[in-house]
Amino acid sequence: MSDRINEKIQNYRTAPFDARFPNTNQTRNCYQNYLDFHRCNKALSAKQQDPAPCEWYRRVYTSLCPMGWVQRWDEQLEEGSFAGRI
Amino acid sequence: MAHPSQLGFQDAASPVMEELLHFHDHTLMIVFLISTLVLYIIMAMVTTKLTNKFILDSQEIEIIWTLLPALILILIALPSLRILYLMDEVNDPHLTVKALGHQWYWSYEYTDYNNFGFDSYMVPTQDLTPGQFRLLDVDHRMVIPTESPVRVLITADDVLHSWAVPSLGIKMDAVPGRLNQTAFIVSRPGIYYGQCSEICGANHSFMPIVVEAIPLKHFENWSTLMLENSSP
Repeated sequence: MSDRINEKIQNYRTAPFDARFPNTNQTRNCYQNYLDFHRCNKALSAKQQDPAPCEWYRRVYTSLCPMGWVQRWDEQLEEGSFAGRI
Repeated sequence: MAHPSQLGFQDAASPVMEELLHFHDHTLMIVFLISTLVLYIIMAMVTTKLTNKFILDSQEIEIIWTLLPALILILIALPSLRILYLMDEVNDPHLTVKALGHQWYWSYEYTDYNNFGFDSYMVPTQDLTPGQFRLLDVDHRMVIPTESPVRVLITADDVLHSWAVPSLGIKMDAVPGRLNQTAFIVSRPGIYYGQCSEICGANHSFMPIVVEAIPLKHFENWSTLMLENSSP
């Protein structure tokens, strides 16, 4: 299972088509992957497992989200004022 | 790019724009035929001394001029829907670029591998070098590889803008807080111009878009070079 994920991450070119977000508005696609990355990190670290599979979410949100948005959310996370549930 | 007293579309640089162009030719031909027919009938009616005061009805012509328009509409609708669904196809992009609209310039981000971005300002008229186009050329163009599906995510930093490149058949609004996706494939290398298409303040007419399409190998060289130049 982790081999397949590692292979997907290694062969990563850009964010693939996500059937959950088939339409023009990709705002939620970017935001969801950002949330999923942090939730994945939190969950795997809590279980003392290797957070390497979370790398997929990081690649996807880096591809999709404007750098300014990511920076703003990272700062909010650090301050503790991030609005999303992680 | 557009040229003075141009009547038709710019040459298509993407498969979708080619389809749109052919569809427009097809529909415009139908429109011209109908208009010519109607104009002829009007002229004929107006320039004759013959009269007929006893026409009441005619089943045959009623059937013809009901069925014929219905047929014509179907002939227009079928190619139209075909292109609509073609534009909506699921695509598997090779590259994602983000275009952010600001007052009054665009910035482009290529973040698939590194966090790389740059601003794209219009070249002021007094700084134009010979051969550059007034109000169209920019200091840094958005460079993409030819014959590769590219996804562009468009948003804005302040007010509404719109990212448009007519020869690629693209126009998509840049809305603050929203990420709008469009995709295209550039068929041939070249430089394609567009202009901001949503009123955004004093310099709305002075924030053009320039897309430069180059073969993949050269694109890789360009992105390596840009990355080296931008890293402090």
